[in-house]
Amino acid sequence: MAEFTLRLRRYDPESGDAAYWEEHTIDLEPHRSVLEGILQAKNRDDGSIGIRCSCRAAICGSCGVRINGRPDLACHTHLDHAKKHSSDGVIEVEPMGNMPVIKDLIVDMEAVHWKKIRRVTPWLIPKQPVPEREYVVPREAMVDVTQSMACIQCGACVSDCLSMEVDPEFIGPAALAKAYRFVGDPRDDQHFERLQDLAEDPHGIYDCTHCFQCIDACPKGVAPMSQIMRLRRLAGNDFAIEDRNNGERHEAAFVSLVKQYGLLNEAELLPRSYGGDTPLAKFKPSAAAELTSSLPAIAKALLRRKVTPAAVFKPHKLAPADRAEVKRIYETVEGRDERVEFNIYISGRDEDLT
Amino acid sequence: MKVAYWPGCVSRGFTPELHGSMAKIAPLLDIELVALDRASCCGAGVIAEHNPELADTLNARTFALAQQAEGTALMMNICSTCQGAQSECQERLDASAEYRAKINETLAADGLTYETGLSNKNFLWLLVEEMGLDELRSRVVRPLTDLRVGPFYGCYIVRPVTRLGIDDAHPRDAYLGQVIEALGGTVTDYAGAHKCCGFPIITMNKDASLKQAGRHLGDAVDAGADCLVTPCPLCHLNLDLQQPLAERVVGRDLGMPVLHLPQLVGLALGVSPSELGLQRHVVKPTSVIDWTTSVVGEVGAPSAGG
Repeated sequence: MAEFTLRLRRYDPESGDAAYWEEHTIDLEPHRSVLEGILQAKNRDDGSIGIRCSCRAAICGSCGVRINGRPDLACHTHLDHAKKHSSDGVIEVEPMGNMPVIKDLIVDMEAVHWKKIRRVTPWLIPKQPVPEREYVVPREAMVDVTQSMACIQCGACVSDCLSMEVDPEFIGPAALAKAYRFVGDPRDDQHFERLQDLAEDPHGIYDCTHCFQCIDACPKGVAPMSQIMRLRRLAGNDFAIEDRNNGERHEAAFVSLVKQYGLLNEAELLPRSYGGDTPLAKFKPSAAAELTSSLPAIAKALLRRKVTPAAVFKPHKLAPADRAEVKRIYETVEGRDERVEFNIYISGRDEDLT
Repeated sequence: MKVAYWPGCVSRGFTPELHGSMAKIAPLLDIELVALDRASCCGAGVIAEHNPELADTLNARTFALAQQAEGTALMMNICSTCQGAQSECQERLDASAEYRAKINETLAADGLTYETGLSNKNFLWLLVEEMGLDELRSRVVRPLTDLRVGPFYGCYIVRPVTRLGIDDAHPRDAYLGQVIEALGGTVTDYAGAHKCCGFPIITMNKDASLKQAGRHLGDAVDAGADCLVTPCPLCHLNLDLQQPLAERVVGRDLGMPVLHLPQLVGLALGVSPSELGLQRHVVKPTSVIDWTTSVVGEVGAPSAGG
């Protein structure tokens, strides 16, 4: 038995009072979970502590909370581990972010998470014609989608999504991982329609800011951001969807500028992301409007010699021999009949196999 | 210490003061930079998003060039995004001998091969892990006394934690604070230190992107920071270059100077602000920090400080 102190975030909307912190001392063995600690405090000290839980075995996804500022399942975090990673020896537990609080540690999953999940048509639309017996699909494709199928809908990734923090309309990591579960499934009939929908939505796949928060937040290894990047790859490359959000254009411009110069030419990247992958992009109305609105920043950068005219008109690039090497790499890799995607989740690591 | 030095693209393009300040302070830290000037852009995650094999091959070429750089202990970068993008490729390359052989097949035409075992560290990691904070402290000639500095890491250098080797023995997500203190400065705690600057979506959702930058800058203002310091030039673009636009989006004045890590180190090592290119920033640190009274201010006039 050991003594631990929990600092719980309490909030009761019916009281009219603001949220506040409250400390509880509990006695449990160090390997027991934070959830058991909260339940002991609830049973011993104050029955009104609000916490949602069910399986207590990291399968049902009910007890998502923030522990010491990071999202996790309360039943999946040992007390000694939580204490070790606290700032002052007190285990801090608060409700998840990006969702309204119903009471204490319970957030309104319906208002945010489930609405977004429904947004992506979270069911299989069978490929036609439906075979008489079962669909025959490659093993790798099924192993691949098991990564997003591992999601237990706990909302940890939604809680700490940094895009959603500033844009609540962002479809978000959990729902987009769910979308990949069907886009990556060879039995689904609507890959193009799903991708077009998610690429054209201003809050869809191109609204992800690539911050890796969801990858670290997920207690099940779903890696939602990796699934979002694959949705982009499929939308932009394989289905050639030119979205209204500059997503495909930005990627195409970036990739072709590095092919041309070996290094990134930032001055060209911006206009081409808006106007398309051509040196004339800056004269297109969409790019011109954007550049005009950025003019104050550009002018100041030029004034301070942060950005020099030389950097704009004579961009840095590799020596000709190295540019040729880079170009040859591009031609070899992009010339393959089928894109090679080495995915550690599917293939594993050499050291795991021995 | 001799390192294979990868400066990245933006540090030589839109934030030239970053590469410039690194070159200035390297001799003061006894770091010999062997520039990888044949290496290509790391792809910043965008090339990997387009075609992972392409990003892996380009970066394997960079790693191979670094392994050829004679007498170097490791490869060093000065950009969070390079660190993260290259670590991602290296993770795949190191995971499978079969995949690595396929990539090396492409490189073979130019006589290059990548072998596992290359250590690639950001300047921040190098300062703490290779040089050591005590050694850094001993080289400080003008401690940043009374300077309140907010750390801003950049996503690529703090997540995912396992890929980036962040654990109890290597708290790399706390190194900026340790370096600020070693330089004599005071760390300002604020909400945004490990958050996203918004730069990756600046062309896709400008409003959300600038809201991110504006929010973190505002949090730092409210926490009383004099300036931010970042190891990431892309964060610098959104936090400094775009700060006037971010001010408009969040509807408040910010005026928060953002320093590159080598600039902050350089100030403490006694290099003058102008040699470090501080006057090149959109938000001039010189206009915000009181250079006449703070100890840092003496850096601007070394004769006065003796």
